[in-house]
Amino acid sequence: MNEMTKIETTLKDWETDQEVRWCPGCGDYAILKAVQRTLPQLGANPSNTCFISGIGCSSRFPYYMETYGFHTIHGRAPAIATGVKLANPDLDVWLVTGDGDGLSIGGNHMLHVLRRNVNMQIMLFNNEIYGLTKGQASPTSRVGTRSPSTPIGSYDRPANPCAFALGAGARFIGRGFDVSKNLPDVLKAAHAHQGAAFIEIFQNCIVYNKDVFDDFAAPKGAGDRQLWLEHGKPMLFGDPKTGFDKGIALDRDALELKVVDATEENWEEAGVLVHDATNRSVAHMLIEMPFGPFPMALGVLYDDPRPTFEGAVADERARATVGKQANLAKLLGSGQTWTVDDKEGHPTD
Amino acid sequence: MATQAAEKPHSNSQQPDAVVVRFAGDSGDGMQLTGGQFTLSTALAGNDLATFPDFPAEIRAPQGTLFGVSAFQINFGSREINTAGDAPDVLVAMNPAALKVNLSALKPGGLIIADTGEFTKRNLDKAKYDQSPIDDGSLAKYDVLAFDISALTIEAVKEFGLGNKDALRSKNMWTLGLALWMFDRDREPIREWLRAKFKNKPDIADANIAALDAGHAYGETAELSGPLKQLNVPATPSAPGLYRTITGAESISLGLVAGAQLAELPMFFGGYPITPASAILHHLARLKEYNVTTFQAEDEIAAICAAIGASYAGSLGVTSSSGPGIALKGEAMGLAIMTELPLVIVNSQRGGPSTGLPTKTEQSDLYQAIYGRNGDAPIPVVSASSPGDAFECAIEACRIATQYMTPVMLLTDGYIANAAEPWLVPDPASFTPFPAKFLDAKNGPANENGDATLLPYKRDEKGARPWIKPGTPDLMHRIGGIEKAVDTGHIDYSPENHQAMTDARQQKVLGIKVPDQEVCLGGEGGKLAVVGWGSTYGPIHQAVGRMRAKGHDVSHIHVRHIWPLPANLGDLLKSYDKVLVPEMNTGQFKTVLRDQYLVDAQPLNKTSGQPFYIHELEAAIEEALA
Repeated sequence: MNEMTKIETTLKDWETDQEVRWCPGCGDYAILKAVQRTLPQLGANPSNTCFISGIGCSSRFPYYMETYGFHTIHGRAPAIATGVKLANPDLDVWLVTGDGDGLSIGGNHMLHVLRRNVNMQIMLFNNEIYGLTKGQASPTSRVGTRSPSTPIGSYDRPANPCAFALGAGARFIGRGFDVSKNLPDVLKAAHAHQGAAFIEIFQNCIVYNKDVFDDFAAPKGAGDRQLWLEHGKPMLFGDPKTGFDKGIALDRDALELKVVDATEENWEEAGVLVHDATNRSVAHMLIEMPFGPFPMALGVLYDDPRPTFEGAVADERARATVGKQANLAKLLGSGQTWTVDDKEGHPTD
Repeated sequence: MATQAAEKPHSNSQQPDAVVVRFAGDSGDGMQLTGGQFTLSTALAGNDLATFPDFPAEIRAPQGTLFGVSAFQINFGSREINTAGDAPDVLVAMNPAALKVNLSALKPGGLIIADTGEFTKRNLDKAKYDQSPIDDGSLAKYDVLAFDISALTIEAVKEFGLGNKDALRSKNMWTLGLALWMFDRDREPIREWLRAKFKNKPDIADANIAALDAGHAYGETAELSGPLKQLNVPATPSAPGLYRTITGAESISLGLVAGAQLAELPMFFGGYPITPASAILHHLARLKEYNVTTFQAEDEIAAICAAIGASYAGSLGVTSSSGPGIALKGEAMGLAIMTELPLVIVNSQRGGPSTGLPTKTEQSDLYQAIYGRNGDAPIPVVSASSPGDAFECAIEACRIATQYMTPVMLLTDGYIANAAEPWLVPDPASFTPFPAKFLDAKNGPANENGDATLLPYKRDEKGARPWIKPGTPDLMHRIGGIEKAVDTGHIDYSPENHQAMTDARQQKVLGIKVPDQEVCLGGEGGKLAVVGWGSTYGPIHQAVGRMRAKGHDVSHIHVRHIWPLPANLGDLLKSYDKVLVPEMNTGQFKTVLRDQYLVDAQPLNKTSGQPFYIHELEAAIEEALA
């Protein structure tokens, strides 16, 4: 995000007159509403906001946002957004992509936009399937996913988007899911982060990969299966009705995380970790926690800003142009030159 | 020292009006540097000139091998020079491989200067010579000056205490010194250049200067009999003004900067390293004070996409590559066509297909430029005919892109990119500015509530849509690669809309105003028109000029605007009995001309990675007129 004058808007101000064309019940609707709810809370200005997407169901997103929007080509949104930010660093840019768009055809651009740290919010809608092309296995599909292109089940191992992002050098990694009430908080934290903020949003494709995230996203038993991280707070989870009863601690011999019994009263003795969003090593362990033995880590997993790419480009320009003035006539006539000025056209020096 | 005089008598005028010299050596011998500095001294002496750097794709190919030979040819004279020359008069061969690879090009009776220090058994073997050609009489039809340049160089730089390996690095400067003596050139600019280049290593600068001086002194004082003579090529009369030498890569870079300034826009250049296009990225990276942002992207696709993003945000987006990279950019060009954003795409063509001949020239991307995208995807195409011409072509590309809201392809090739020629420096004030306009208020009719509406795809009289910068208050809208509705730009797949938009995109490009085609040599109408485009300008111009001097009815037409073609071109071509189209490809422009005008354009094709020779074109003209 950028420093900006906050302006008053309502959710309605962010809706376009275009008919939304996702399948009824698609998780994308919930994400759209979460974003349209979040932007007024940020005081964002629609005239200064730009949504840029690639290709896929998620990438239709810009058509439904009353902002500037660019629906580009498959996988290339990070590269286009990089050009936009370099040309006008003051724009507030949101990138919308999916697991196929962002990690398969556009994996290379995703790597580089993250390592360069171009200041924007990157929302990767992960539904573990190719929806718009009618249901083929994607790079995040679990082994054994049956699809038209993998009729007896997929056998390539899935990529972990947040692990990819961390490996690429991302300085902000957030995670949420479509219908989660906490999603706006993750978006707000991403927006507050100066630099490339990567947000994986689990999204339910009700047609081709229905309820694939129910094991942790279903409301029933969610407390035991979701670890919502908050900077400076102990990593506790459990049924909210009966209170937290478990926590995440570090097995110092194996150098890996473990689940321990703990409550809000005794977590310190139980060795429960306090979430430090600037700790890259722990962020890595949280991202890699296998779901099942562990809950799904959600919220802001990592947030440790570094100087942005467009800032570095501006600084370099300032340094490189010290004492230099644009003078086209002088530039054209630079280098070793000679003058022809006598009548016969012979050189004089 | 061995000297042989040619057995055959040959013209050895002391005052030739043009001379062709080729420096050839190992790719590590510094032949391109030697050639470049000789070019500079030639330009400073007031000769017109053209150069042809010809080097292998390997940076440091194994020493002494045939495929590792790097050459630099220069043609200079006291008359107008358009090509790097057919056959060298002088061949400087720094080793046996250089001699072997380049000998066939040498003019009979030409002069060979060879470094015997490199004609060892080992090097002869590598060059696949059974015995030394210097001694076996096989060079009888040439003049040969063979002496141990290596030993002479070591001797010359002895006082600097360099090891043999370092000392031998100055061999090229020794050779340059000799060449400067031969053509009566001033050494001071080269000394200055050496001092500046080795500012932090004064010893190396001094050693190189000592070698340069020693080579020069050798020519002056050695008691040379026979072929080595000092030649004085008088300066070329030329139009008054300030001159510099310029390569195509420099010229395109400067033209893009000028074009962006004339459009009153910041320039954004997205590039990815590729031979021979990288030089443009390198030049522009040093021009930040001209409001130029350069971005080395992760790949060719990202380079064009970032440029499209920058254009969308209000800069003039530019990207540059060579054939293989242009192929990768194809889909993104379609996006720029669909979203109707300005963009300049520079293609420095090289031999293809695939990786092909990275360092050799070809004109085989013409179809790719005009047709090479999915869908009906028209793009204006402008092609540069020489290093100097590339400057104006780059400005023209910027003008079309910003005035018509369209990507534009600017074609150049490896020959133009690397070759140098003297350039009469233009006055920037002589170009008419074409300031870009951005929409700042809603442009549509009032809706039922009486509020103004925005029509992002409403076209002006040129067929161009408005340029709307994100960040402009209240002009929020969405664009993208999906078919857009007329005027509103909303998604619209309907049959009548796609028909209307396909027509609108095509009419916009076909309606671009380009100057009428002129005949650059000869008259309108007649027996034969030789029609070229791109870097074949020089050899075609020379050949047509020579044939006209012999009394033949032949004209030269050189086309800059490849798409859309000049409105009068069809009638012009039909005013000749015959049309001959020489191209460094298998006949691409010939096919376009046949398609557009139903004229019987005849091809003359060459795809050897080398430019046309003048004599090849003369022969073809003679045959066509027979």
